[in-house]
Amino acid sequence: MAEFNQNHIGIDVISGREDHICRKANAPGKSACGSGPADGAAISCDTESVAGAVSQRACVFCGARVVINPIADALHLIHGPIGCSAYTWDIRGSLSSGPELHRLSFSTDLQERDVIFGGEKKLEAALLELIAEHEPRGAFVYSTCIVGVIGDDLKAVCARVEKETGIPVIPVQSEGFRGNKNAGYKAACEAIFKLIGTDRDATTVPLSINILGDFNLAGEVWIIRDYLKRMGIRVVANISGDSRVADIARAHTASLNAVQCSGSMTHLAKMMQAGYGIPFIRVSWLGADDMSRSLKQIASFFADPVISARTEKLIAQELVAVAPQLELYRRRLSGKKAAVYVGGAFKAVSLIKSFRAIGMTVVVVGSQTGKRDDYEEIRREADPGTVIIDDANPLELAQLMETLGIDIFVGGVKERPVAYKLGVAFCDHNHERKQPLEGFTGMLNFAREVYGSIASPVWQWMPRRKISSETGAGNG
Amino acid sequence: MAKSSVSTTNACKLCRPLGACLAFRGIEGSMVLLHGSQGCSTYMRRYISGHFREPVDIASSALSETQAVYGGAENLKQGIRNVVAKYAPAVLGVATTCLAETIGDDVGMAIAELLEEDPEMRAIEIIPVSTPSYSGGYMDGFRDSCVAILEKMASAEQSRADQGSGRIGRLNLFPGFLSPADIRYLKLVMAGFGLESMIVPDISETLDAGIGPVFSRIPAGGASVKDIRLAGSATASIELGLLNPAGQSAALLLERSLGVPARRLPIPMGIRYSDLLFEAICSVTGTPLPEKYQQERGRLVDAMVDAHKYLFGKRAVVYGEPDFVAALTCFLADVGVQPVVCASGGDGPEFRKTLEVLTRDLDETPEILVETDFSDIRFHSRAAAADLLIGSSKGNHIARDLDIPLVRLGYPIHDRIGGQRILHVGYAGALNLLDILTNTLIAKEQEHLGYGYSYM
Ligand code: SF4
Ligand code: SF4
Repeated sequence: MAEFNQNHIGIDVISGREDHICRKANAPGKSACGSGPADGAAISCDTESVAGAVSQRACVFCGARVVINPIADALHLIHGPIGCSAYTWDIRGSLSSGPELHRLSFSTDLQERDVIFGGEKKLEAALLELIAEHEPRGAFVYSTCIVGVIGDDLKAVCARVEKETGIPVIPVQSEGFRGNKNAGYKAACEAIFKLIGTDRDATTVPLSINILGDFNLAGEVWIIRDYLKRMGIRVVANISGDSRVADIARAHTASLNAVQCSGSMTHLAKMMQAGYGIPFIRVSWLGADDMSRSLKQIASFFADPVISARTEKLIAQELVAVAPQLELYRRRLSGKKAAVYVGGAFKAVSLIKSFRAIGMTVVVVGSQTGKRDDYEEIRREADPGTVIIDDANPLELAQLMETLGIDIFVGGVKERPVAYKLGVAFCDHNHERKQPLEGFTGMLNFAREVYGSIASPVWQWMPRRKISSETGAGNG
Repeated sequence: MAKSSVSTTNACKLCRPLGACLAFRGIEGSMVLLHGSQGCSTYMRRYISGHFREPVDIASSALSETQAVYGGAENLKQGIRNVVAKYAPAVLGVATTCLAETIGDDVGMAIAELLEEDPEMRAIEIIPVSTPSYSGGYMDGFRDSCVAILEKMASAEQSRADQGSGRIGRLNLFPGFLSPADIRYLKLVMAGFGLESMIVPDISETLDAGIGPVFSRIPAGGASVKDIRLAGSATASIELGLLNPAGQSAALLLERSLGVPARRLPIPMGIRYSDLLFEAICSVTGTPLPEKYQQERGRLVDAMVDAHKYLFGKRAVVYGEPDFVAALTCFLADVGVQPVVCASGGDGPEFRKTLEVLTRDLDETPEILVETDFSDIRFHSRAAAADLLIGSSKGNHIARDLDIPLVRLGYPIHDRIGGQRILHVGYAGALNLLDILTNTLIAKEQEHLGYGYSYM
């Protein structure tokens, strides 16, 4: 009964997903696709996942939590049944240099009676007791799917508790079913925006920026802050890695927003532009090229010759420091093929360049949540012949790894065992990474990690790999 | 005592459909689809895969706002069609998430409609399980799934036919949620007694698979549909874990519906509870304990003597699912470790009673925490001046805080590798736990002294 749709890429996809995969044409203007979208320009994206597909995506709540949770001195209370909070307890490697309230998982743990009679009372009591116990500087209350259905009035409860406790208590409208992760990013931006500007005494800080869309995984924000400091630029708030409620409250005093994870944070940057007149630029701290370009962009914004000179010097120094080792990896990795499947599209673009810098080609690139513009950018950056995929599932990824002879897969931990079973090396570029991959040092770590997996002697013991074309249980 | 607060901080329980996903994974050629929104299934895949380090495909009916308002039956049907098209499962578990339960979707009816519309779907065992997480935890989802599987698949006709042909020497084993290594061990035990057995669920291969030349969409292994249909013809059923309600017992279900005598036992961790398992098998089969297991037991007792001085009076905190906690507590008490906190995110009158009996003769009565969370466990561990923690990796924060070691056992273990290969059960499992426990305490002491002694 299994129906096979060998699509234009030569893999079997679930019906309804054909337009989410395409191949960049070898010659401009020509499409290599049969039934699929022409040349990646019109790939389907930013839609609901197909029912029955095993999407790698999470939900609105997940998107919101990823963005807000690193605020280390805030209370993050998940209003819902227990699973939603249990699964997100300390799953991200966002480090804090001080308080670590964000590493605890708070839930109202809704029970059947709450579902029937409503959970507002419980929520209020939970907030009051937790605020009394932990003395946070602010609180975020995340709604989950069933809260959206039972119709608790989060806003009203938060307003009451805010009044009673004197700290900001902000509802996050993150019911899982209201769209995909992108909707969660948006909900997060809106919640964070409520905090911005609440410090009314703060005055404008000259030569300063906010870092948006960096979550301080494995301490990455600290690397970037160090660079900026050496350039003579102050950082008002990092949103949201290693941030504090007070930083965010005066984030409106910065002169510029540098937005990395554009998918999640552009909305916030736009609101800040509209509300406080703060311009923003898009940056990426991943890979030596993008890192250099981003620092130069920031320097040129301030149009200060001293800063520019410092920036040039810093970049030169840092590049020299990593060049010999990078060259070593480049020689050893040259000609290898990578597949990239990540959450956000900005990262995919940077990764194409990073792999190029170490002599490798990216032959598959995809994201969970990329939008039209993102895919346009990916298509521009990708080599001809690259397969571009939106909201993939393990079956599709496994087939791509197999048919395209991938040497390393870059993704999140959910994809890791699939890669390993197929004898493909793996690099964790998700929120759980333990190695900083940003900045110049991060580029070196990245090369080292890629090399460490590809060059491992274990692969020689793999049986010749082959995917069963049969569905159902195999004999593997 | 129950949790001291309204809210939960660092939950010591997991959500109900997760258990369904784990149980169905032990059935050959099966897939699971969660009826709800996308996030839940992605989170559960991550949670399972992080422990077992295996690909775990769990489909979702991917409900969105419209269906949350108007009902999700159409998405569910489409989801099932897509899963069947791409995975061609023999068995498809359909478990609900909180969302589907809250909006009140009638899963049974949707499946009936689907079978009406697509009659060829009847070739597949589509088994719905209701798993709202706002009542009950993952072991409820696990046990309910086992019951649902047997209810749907074990047939009376089949069993009568087999009895007619005089088939004996078959045993049904319902191991509960153990590690793949545990299941492999139990299979060897069955074989050692010369028994044919059906193990539901059997995750020994499906959640700890080797790398073969072929990558299959659904991993090989698991209890076969054929064997499950024969469950009614077994001599007896043995079920491990007995603190869940009787309605969640697959063994009792078979006893009631098909007359297969049921034996419910605690999880065979430690010497006392392992004895219970071996005695039960001996009595069911009427055979003496095979030489091999006599030797294994002898070796365990010998090791317990070797280790006793390092263990005596050490103060342990145990947490996890009720059956797991009870079995470990029994084991600790039998080797001279003092359990000081026995904690579970679950509850049940049997749990408390069992623990009270187990610890009656100890010098100190442990604090028994039910429906608890890790915040309370931390509080009581500190108050009890514990020497070590035993349980899943989720106690790691407490261990760091209190500067005491954590012995990672059970599920989940997300910050180490090899959780799927930990042997907990039987004499061999007890020996393994004993060695781990003892060496952990010795290592801590050496660290504490500041010099590593060379002999002991
Ligand atoms: S909604 Fe329910 S099923 Fe889904 S993750 Fe939360 S607790 Fe688990
Ligand atoms: S219930 Fe909703 S919010 Fe919670 S994990 Fe599932 S999809 Fe996300």
